[in-house]
Amino acid sequence: MYWEPERECMPREDLEQLQLERLQSTLYRVGTHVPFYKKKFAELKINFEDIRSLDDLRRLPFTVKQDLRDNYPYGLFAVPLRDVVRVHSSSGTTGLATVVGYSRNDIKNWSNLVARVLTGAGVTRDDVIQIAFGYGLFTGGFGLHYGAERLGASVIPISAGNTKRQIQIMQDFKTTALVCTPSYALIIADTMMEMGVNPNGLSLRYGLFGAEPWSEAMRHEINEKLGIRATDNYGLSEVMGPGVAGECEQCNGLHINEDHFLLEVVDPETLEPVEPGEVGELVITTLTKEAFPMIRYRTRDLTRLIPEPCACGRTLMRMQRVMGRSDDMLIIKGVNVFPVQIEKVLFEIEGTQPHYQIIVERENHSDKATVLVEVNESIFFDEMKKQRQMVDHIKARLSSELGIGVAVKLVEEKTLERSLGKSQRVIDKRSI
Amino acid sequence: MLKIRNLDAGYGKLRVLKNISLHVDGGEIVTMIGANGAGKTTLLSTVIGLVSASSGEIIFRDHDRTKEAAQKIVAAGCVLVPEGRQVFATMSVEENLILGGYVLQKNRGKRAVDKELGHQYELFPVLKERKAQLAGTLSGGEQQMLAMGRALMSRPRLVMMDEPSTGLAPLVVRDIFRVIVRLRDEGNTVLLVEQNARAALAIADRGYVLETGKIIVQGPAEDLLANRDVQRAYLGREKIE
Repeated sequence: MYWEPERECMPREDLEQLQLERLQSTLYRVGTHVPFYKKKFAELKINFEDIRSLDDLRRLPFTVKQDLRDNYPYGLFAVPLRDVVRVHSSSGTTGLATVVGYSRNDIKNWSNLVARVLTGAGVTRDDVIQIAFGYGLFTGGFGLHYGAERLGASVIPISAGNTKRQIQIMQDFKTTALVCTPSYALIIADTMMEMGVNPNGLSLRYGLFGAEPWSEAMRHEINEKLGIRATDNYGLSEVMGPGVAGECEQCNGLHINEDHFLLEVVDPETLEPVEPGEVGELVITTLTKEAFPMIRYRTRDLTRLIPEPCACGRTLMRMQRVMGRSDDMLIIKGVNVFPVQIEKVLFEIEGTQPHYQIIVERENHSDKATVLVEVNESIFFDEMKKQRQMVDHIKARLSSELGIGVAVKLVEEKTLERSLGKSQRVIDKRSI
Repeated sequence: MLKIRNLDAGYGKLRVLKNISLHVDGGEIVTMIGANGAGKTTLLSTVIGLVSASSGEIIFRDHDRTKEAAQKIVAAGCVLVPEGRQVFATMSVEENLILGGYVLQKNRGKRAVDKELGHQYELFPVLKERKAQLAGTLSGGEQQMLAMGRALMSRPRLVMMDEPSTGLAPLVVRDIFRVIVRLRDEGNTVLLVEQNARAALAIADRGYVLETGKIIVQGPAEDLLANRDVQRAYLGREKIE
């Protein structure tokens, strides 16, 4: 089942023509309306007229997350704010948050591409879709919502949390498709068991999961425990949100919506393109975004392209599920967390040393993060009350900055490992 | 049907078109809108072979015709309804149409031309009424229809039209554009170059916007109509939605 067969199954040479045309006008757009790119192109003496093939893309500079942070909030927008009909953002306070914007046409395209991903997973307008992603500044909730509405399905915008209620609604509202993080799907499955709810009695048939890496083993477990067919989908707010790529019914790689996104895979060290089929960092250039176009955005997600044709008939190339990061970003409970955010909070709090560690574990399918903070010796001679207060204070500040709750443990000075090179800030004990 | 990649073209040292890429698929109306001097006529002239491309490719019906002569391109099925109609003023309406069928006569003989003539008269009843009249004495709108009919006589695969609305009253423009829609509905493919962005985008499937020789934006016609930059520059007062 295709949402847009004329696009999803188009001959590669027609696709490449479309990509070339769209790339050329995107370059015109950023070179004219986005001072950041205008300056970069001038510095590198790049004239958009010199970009005559998709290979010429390599002559263009990369864009990184820090560029978005530096241009907080609206510095990279290519249209006046009055033409922006939606704003989304990552968590983090000023200086670390990234903001993205959408024009009316951008929202239309976004909805359409998510509808494509939903259709590829088997969902149709006759389905009842429960969206258990947080609705808010994150692109996950609204992104899937608008796509599901575009598809014509019946959408339950339940958002995240309150697992017992999720299950109640799944039963009462006869949900057929579940959208959330894969680990939350397992939490739901476990809670169902506790509640004595038989998943076979539900109408649930499909699951679309994303926002964090997950393995085939996990997919198998989800399929078994919920009685569904689980598929992976991929996206990131910096280029749009969910809908960049999604698995078809073959469940063997995610088809990339190449008519809207130009993908490259590069070596994260040398930044040169890797051989076809080799693992590297995904770099994305948007082809149709009006308000917030991105040129060669380094996603820091590691994957490989699958050039072989897919049995489903789609000619859009597949990528393997994301297998890791080329930076130190963590995904905890579906939320992106950068260790540098923790540093920032600790620097502002008196009594802490700039030495910390974050330990991430998975307990009962739920991510648990503990931040170990080195503090002055004197704290330990103080009243318990004072220690408690400090822990609570740090917890509150971290929670506000990161967007998730973390546990905090105070440790004595110099107890955390030091190293000459990069300190071991992150201990990720999870294995998916 | 038509694929253009990285086309540069101009007149002597004057570079008009810069790195133009566009395509037209069978059965659609694609419009290229732009202000005076943007390069619209140059684009059509380059495709039809009257102007040489300095670099890039023009691929029509899967063959690279960048360097081909105009008569070969027309014989391959690409016709141009030129700016300002350019009917043969001292010949009759019917003679103009028959001349348009030159290639058809060569390939299929006179019977085919007669049949096609009948088809054009059915499409443009006013031409039938005036078939003996001298083309130069027709009104602007009638001349436009004659120019279109003449181009269609060869049963082309791709019809390119250069500003059919120029100099015509709004009601006449509406009639002409209705005919263009009918052409598309009958399976023809049209590349419509226009200054009248509103009328063109109203009937087109997709559009490209040309500004000083560069394509600055493209997409489905309804997206262009909703595009604020296009609205501000080409559609007059901003619509309040």
